[in-house]
Amino acid sequence: MRIAVIRFPGSNCDLDTIEALSKIPNVEPHLIWHEDNELHKYDAIILPGGFSYGDYLRAGIIAAHSPIMKQVKNLAEKGMPILGICNGFQILIEANLLPGALLRNNSLKFICKWVRVRVETNRTPFTYTLNKGSFLRIPIAHNEGRYFIPKSELKDLYKYDQIVFRYVDELGKPSNKANPNGSIDNIAGICNREGNVVGMMPHPERASQSILSPYYTEDGKKIFESLINYMRMVSLC
Amino acid sequence: MKEKFLVYVTIEGKPMARDPEGETIHRVLLAKSRYNMVKSVRVAKLLKMIVEAESEDEAERIVTELCDNLRLYNPAAHKCSIKVNGRIK
Repeated sequence: MRIAVIRFPGSNCDLDTIEALSKIPNVEPHLIWHEDNELHKYDAIILPGGFSYGDYLRAGIIAAHSPIMKQVKNLAEKGMPILGICNGFQILIEANLLPGALLRNNSLKFICKWVRVRVETNRTPFTYTLNKGSFLRIPIAHNEGRYFIPKSELKDLYKYDQIVFRYVDELGKPSNKANPNGSIDNIAGICNREGNVVGMMPHPERASQSILSPYYTEDGKKIFESLINYMRMVSLC
Repeated sequence: MKEKFLVYVTIEGKPMARDPEGETIHRVLLAKSRYNMVKSVRVAKLLKMIVEAESEDEAERIVTELCDNLRLYNPAAHKCSIKVNGRIK
């Protein structure tokens, strides 16, 4: 299975993502420059974290106009699994592939910490083998991660089962204390209506090897493994 | 004949989106000072553009169009206002 990891000017989690994917059997990760145009050769796309174009104007907006994003939009419409991590999530939002906005953290500080998220739906390729209601420990590292969406559109996110991850506390509750950045309803990740495009602020690639986790967990890896299992299921159908 | 116009684009958060930077400026800097008659602060981003156009109206139309087409603001969270601020010699 071939996965494209797109590098924009200013991406800095691209190689970590490649490294995490390379640990999974039968996965061939490829680093793709944002001016390339051969995305159709791949089975899935990941937009990694970082600071594309220095976050100028608004995090993700300039990369959203990169040449490769036209292909990303086309392939998203065709149902290809696409994951945006952190800055990748910001790019997907600014490219209008996902609804809402990612605003500056309420604390006005860059936050880098391990959080606990609850899986809210398993209808996406990236949560396909995870149980709804299960928990993952994954770190966040961002300055603009406060998910915002007008109330009327928030209702649609619930209606169409588009909330993928929420920040929760040790009791599994989406409490204010567990909310690191002021995101509306503790939202940490969402998907489009079809479920094939997912954006998340936590970094699964940084939680894919137990040696990197203070909890000795590999919860981030489960997201990538889920994608592989989903693709296997699709190819068998 | 085309002239150059200075156009201001202001991008600010919609009222329902919290602005912690504006809140902090108000709470910490203004509300505690002798300028406590200031009742609210919202932080916005200002883009100054020099636009070549036939008229002020055309300059405004061009900038309005580009703000929408290139998504200089995120309509879910921001509002955008455009003001032509005279000719540039």
